[in-house]
Amino acid sequence: MSEAIQVMGLKAKLGLDVFKNNDEFHIKIVAGCEKDPRLKKAILVCPAGLYSENSEGEVELNQDGCLECGTCRIACGSDLLEWHYPSGGAGVQFRFG
Amino acid sequence: MDERFDAIIVGGGLSGLAAAYTLAEAGQEVLLLERGDYSGAKNITGGRMYIRPIKDMFPDLWEKAPFERGVAHEEVCVMSGSGSLLVRYSGEEAPYQSYSVMRAKFDKYFAKQAERKGVSIVTKTRVDDLVWADGKVAGVIVGDDELRADVVIACDGVMSLIAEKAGLRKPGNPKHYAVGFKEIIELDQELLEARFNLKDDQGVARLFVGDVTKGKFGGGFLYTNKSSISLGMVMGISDLMNEEPMIPAPEMLELFKKRPEVSALIEEGQIVEYSAHVIPEGGYRHLSNLCGNGILVCGDAAGFSINSGMTVRGMEYAMGSGYYAAQAVLKAKELKDFYCTGLSVYEKLLNDSFIMKDFKTFQDVPEAMDNKRLFTYYPELAINMMQKLYDIPDGPKDRIIPTVKGMLGFREIWTIVTKDLRRMMKL
Ligand SMILES: Cc1cc2nc3c(=O)[nH]c(=O)nc-3n(C[C@H](O)[C@H](O)[C@H](O)COP(=O)(O)OP(=O)(O)OC[C@H]3O[C@@H](n4cnc5c(N)ncnc54)[C@H](O)[C@@H]3O)c2cc1C
Ligand code: SF4
Repeated sequence: MSEAIQVMGLKAKLGLDVFKNNDEFHIKIVAGCEKDPRLKKAILVCPAGLYSENSEGEVELNQDGCLECGTCRIACGSDLLEWHYPSGGAGVQFRFG
Repeated sequence: MDERFDAIIVGGGLSGLAAAYTLAEAGQEVLLLERGDYSGAKNITGGRMYIRPIKDMFPDLWEKAPFERGVAHEEVCVMSGSGSLLVRYSGEEAPYQSYSVMRAKFDKYFAKQAERKGVSIVTKTRVDDLVWADGKVAGVIVGDDELRADVVIACDGVMSLIAEKAGLRKPGNPKHYAVGFKEIIELDQELLEARFNLKDDQGVARLFVGDVTKGKFGGGFLYTNKSSISLGMVMGISDLMNEEPMIPAPEMLELFKKRPEVSALIEEGQIVEYSAHVIPEGGYRHLSNLCGNGILVCGDAAGFSINSGMTVRGMEYAMGSGYYAAQAVLKAKELKDFYCTGLSVYEKLLNDSFIMKDFKTFQDVPEAMDNKRLFTYYPELAINMMQKLYDIPDGPKDRIIPTVKGMLGFREIWTIVTKDLRRMMKL
C-alpha cells in the first residue's frame, strides 16, 4: 500500500516537469539481457522510478518521465543498455534546474 | 551545409558557454550546438556558484547575472535515527563568495551574453558523432549534416558521449559517480526569509549528513533561492545500488522530506519541478584524457567536479576549464597546430591554474570519504552526546566528562585514531 502511494507521488511529481516529443525510445535494454541480475540495479538507482520487474523476472523500462540523468547507464553499463540522449529539442526541458 | 568554423563547441552548459564566449571575444568564428530547447534546459545543479576563482575571466558577466541569493549562512544538520544537531555559521558579508543559482535562468543569461560576443548558438540540435580527417577530429555530425572546424571542444557534460567517441574516456565506474536528485519548492518570499532568518538578498546553504542517507555515501542539501528552495540529495551510485538497506532513490528523497527537520522547512511550499543528474566524483585520479588530435574536453565531461563532503563544486571548474580551453585554441592557432602537440598547452594552462591545483590538493578526498563510519557512527555519536549533555534525569545527573568517556571506549578511540583520523589527515 505504502509503495503504491509512493509511486503515485512520483508520477505526479514527474507530471510537473515539461517533456517534449517524448515518443522516442532513447534508452533500450539490450535484447536478451532483460533477466540479467545487474539490470535490477537500475530499479534502485533510477530517480524517476522508471525500471520495474515483471512477473517473468524481466526488467522493463518505461521511458515516460526520463530525466536523462544518466544514472542507469553508470550503474548498468553499456553492455546492458543502449543509451542515447533524445534527439535535439526532445525530452525533458527544465524550467528551473 | 558547407560552412567552416574556427571551433565547434558541443554542449551549451557552463563549460561550453565559457569556451565559446572567450573564443568569440578574441574574434573567432564559433558554433555552439546544444541539444536542449535553450541553454540550461537539460542542466541542474545544487546549487551555489563560487565566484572568486573565475570572476576575472568574465569581467562583464557578473553585474547583471541572475543570481538568487548570496550565501551568508552555512549550516550543517547532523542526523541520527532519532535526533539532529544543527550548526549555523554566519560571518560572510556581501560581496558573497557564493550565490545560489538555477541553471535554466543562469545558462540562458550566459548564452545571451555569448551571442552578444558573436557566438552562433544553435539549440535543439544533438551532435551525433565526430568527423575525422587526416588523423584528427575535423568536425561533427548532426543528423545528415557534417560541420567542420579546426577544433571541437567537448563540453557535453558528465556522460560525455562525444569524448567517448573520440576515445578519450570510457563509460564510468559507479564508484566514481554520484547521482543528485532534487525538487524546486516555491515558497512565499516573506515566509522563506522569516523561516530561515534571512535579511534582504541573503541566503542559506544547509547540508544534511548521517541518517539521511541510511549510512551510504552522500547527503542532503538545501539552498534558498529568491522565493523557492532547492531541496535534494546527492548519493554515491555504487553505495545506492550495492549497500544495505536497499532503498530506491525516489524513496530515499521521500524519507528525507518526511523528517521533521525537513518537513517543517517546506511546509506550505509548492513543488514546481523534479530533476536529476549524475555528478563525476572520482577526483584527480579519474579525470578523462583532456586533449586529443583536434579535440579538447572541459567541465563535467572531463570529470571536473569535487565533492568535499561539505559541498559539491563543479560550476566554477566548468567555466574555468572552458576559459582555458579557449586560450589553448588561440595558442594552437598561432602555432597552426591543432593536433595534440599544439593543443596540449591546455593541460599546462590547467596545471598552472586553480583547477588542477585544487584537484591535486583534494585527490585523496574520495578515498577519505569512502568510510561508512562518517555516515553512521559519528552522526550517532554526536547526537548521543548531545542527548546526554542536555538530559536532566529524574534523579541526580552524572558528571559530563565521565559520561562522554563512557561513550568512547578504548576500542572506539583506537579506531578513531588509527583508522579514521589517519584517513582524514589526508584532507
Ligand atoms: C544535484 C547536483 C548538485 C550540484 N551542486 C553543485 C553546487 O552546489 N555547486 C557547484 O559548483 N556545482 C554543483 N554541481 C555540479 C555542477 O552542476 C556541474 O559540475 C556543472 O553543471 C558542469 O557543467 P558543464 O558545462 O560541464 O556540464 P552541463 O551543465 O551538464 O552541460 C552539458 C551540456 O551539453 C549538452 N549536451 C550533451 N550532449 C550533447 C550533444 N550530443 N549535443 C549537443 N548538446 C549536448 C547538454 O544538453 C548540456 O547543456 C552539482 C551537480 C548536481 C547534479
Ligand atoms: S537516465 Fe535517469 S531518469 Fe532516465 S531511465 Fe536512466 S536513471 Fe532513469
